[in-house]
Amino acid sequence: MARVVVDVMPKPEILDPQGKAVAGALPRLGFTGFGEVRQGKRFELEVAEVTDEVLAQVHEAAEKLLSNPVIENFTVRVEDQA
Amino acid sequence: MKIGVVTFPGSLDDVDAQRAVRIGGNEAVALWHGDEDLHGVDAIVLPGGFSYGDYLRCGAISRFSPVMTSLVEAAGKGMPVLGICNGFQVLCESHLLPGALIRNDHRKFVCRDQRLRIENASTAWTSAYEAGQEITVVLKNGEGAYVADEATLDRLEGEGQVVARYLGNPNGSQRDIAGVANAAGNVVGLMPHPEHAVEDLTGPGTDGLGFFTSLVERAFA
Repeated sequence: MARVVVDVMPKPEILDPQGKAVAGALPRLGFTGFGEVRQGKRFELEVAEVTDEVLAQVHEAAEKLLSNPVIENFTVRVEDQA
Repeated sequence: MKIGVVTFPGSLDDVDAQRAVRIGGNEAVALWHGDEDLHGVDAIVLPGGFSYGDYLRCGAISRFSPVMTSLVEAAGKGMPVLGICNGFQVLCESHLLPGALIRNDHRKFVCRDQRLRIENASTAWTSAYEAGQEITVVLKNGEGAYVADEATLDRLEGEGQVVARYLGNPNGSQRDIAGVANAAGNVVGLMPHPEHAVEDLTGPGTDGLGFFTSLVERAFA
């Protein structure tokens, strides 16, 4: 089995209140070296094998369900076989 | 008229919406998310709540339920559809309405009486109001901030698709937008809850009733 990873992130121009909350909490814990924080989602899809057809399906699923193209961008990558 | 009210797993306001439909002079028909049969209704309300637990994104899973397939097709043919709160989120995820709803900019859940201005009184759901009329209904949401790109916002304003605007923006919605319509005006999404403002006994008054009497007025107009 192989694993395809879809990362979904809010578009840069879209406000990310969750990321802002995390950014606000970090300095309270002494982590003062970080600027802006953006929070996204990671999906791990298990597939029998990685083919162009499978990757095309992953792209379609990412566009149709895993992300909302109005507010989010996504990237697809194949995870290295362990 | 027969107005269907869809119940998804996690819907909260379906019974209130049915009651508002009846008080508005229409017949309420309960529709089930798993049933693609619309049971001959003339219009549909998607109620508020947390359908499918708001998993993934609000409305993202509901969009693919069997009833939505029939609803999208019927809406395309002109059937009036009103999405309230979570229903608005479902309509945006379904691409029946432009834009999206994200978490409130201040990150807190808001529950309060909210003043609105009706901007477009010619949609299927707002014809009982006057353009510019100010009303007070209940607002309760955690992810109610309306967002869209600038070009879409300009188009919505230019085409009169902004249906209602907040007086005192409660959640960071762009351009104070509380509700929008599709280009045809039969599909309307609204973040605040008119169905909780239809009786003097409960809620801030009866200002919300117009959303449920507009269809009747149109039918006899």
